[in-house]
Amino acid sequence: MSTNINNSPLGAGGIEQQLWSYIDGHSSSEERSFIEKLLQSNLEWKNKYHELLDIHQLMNTSELEQPSLRFTKNVMERIAQYHIAPATKNYINKKIIWGIAAFFITLITGFLIYGFAQIDWNDKSDSTLPVDLSQVDFSKIFNNNFVNGFMMVNVLLGLVLLDRVLANKRKKFQKQA
Amino acid sequence: MSTGLGDNEIISRVLRGEQNAYAELVNRYQGYVFTLILRMVKSREDAEEIAQDVFVKAYRSLADFRGESKFSTWLYTITNTTSITFLRKKKLEVHSLDNEKVFEAADNKDSGFRANLIEQKSRVNMVNEAISMLSPDDAEIITLFYKAEQSLEEISRILRLETNTVKVRLHRARGRLKEKMEKNFSEEVKNI
Repeated sequence: MSTNINNSPLGAGGIEQQLWSYIDGHSSSEERSFIEKLLQSNLEWKNKYHELLDIHQLMNTSELEQPSLRFTKNVMERIAQYHIAPATKNYINKKIIWGIAAFFITLITGFLIYGFAQIDWNDKSDSTLPVDLSQVDFSKIFNNNFVNGFMMVNVLLGLVLLDRVLANKRKKFQKQA
Repeated sequence: MSTGLGDNEIISRVLRGEQNAYAELVNRYQGYVFTLILRMVKSREDAEEIAQDVFVKAYRSLADFRGESKFSTWLYTITNTTSITFLRKKKLEVHSLDNEKVFEAADNKDSGFRANLIEQKSRVNMVNEAISMLSPDDAEIITLFYKAEQSLEEISRILRLETNTVKVRLHRARGRLKEKMEKNFSEEVKNI
């Protein structure tokens, strides 16, 4: 009986790669049955399989190296000087991260809205920019209700963040006390 | 003396303040961690120092172990990063998969000496010796797979690589190990 390798369900890779997958048990059932047929009919595959299987078995006989006898004692002496650090998720407050994100999103959105509001979309002049920068009155930018409101929102967000940071610090001090 | 408790149970105890319970975890994994490091850094003194650092780091970060993976996988991740940091600090060349010239040169230098010792070596020694001739990358992946009994998925988590990449790297590492064995221990390999 001969098995045609050209019509094989085996993926890319040479004989060795296919056989290692087979030995490790990572082949699909289709590949497994195909390789099993090849091992029965193809001498090259059979020899290679036994060669790799020997190495695989040898690998499993290798022994672990051992550190010095005082190893555990040394580690325990060293950790006696330390405390277990609090879990990262406990001190990285997700609300703070969301607060910072909200701050920047508000800032960017505000600038975009303000910028688009300044554009005269009906202007048919030859200028490549839809905004005539010489006509923008910068003195008004920080002197109107929109910007004042926008700045107020940002200041409030900043204060909320500061409050959270200080509250966390206070809690930490209380715990330590 | 082994307590027979599972890793997670021991970790819970340590987190509750029973610091001495951590010794059981150290006893359980010191051989694996030490072997893994030794195969990367090739010096027993350095390996012992790094292994101690690994267990101290693991202890300090124990609250971060969420049990999503096996404790061993988490510990080997710390082992891998600590060893790499050490190798970088020491400015030892961490060889890429396709660059083994230095290790090959080392092989050739003392292959004659090795040939005289072949008969005295046991199979175990031969495998360990052959692994020590590999590059740190190859030795690490082989040790993780065979000795630390980590699956391809777990190794991919430890090394921060795609599972398929790990599969290819493991395959190449085994190929190179086979070459080393055939080259340096041909008589023993024949007798297997």
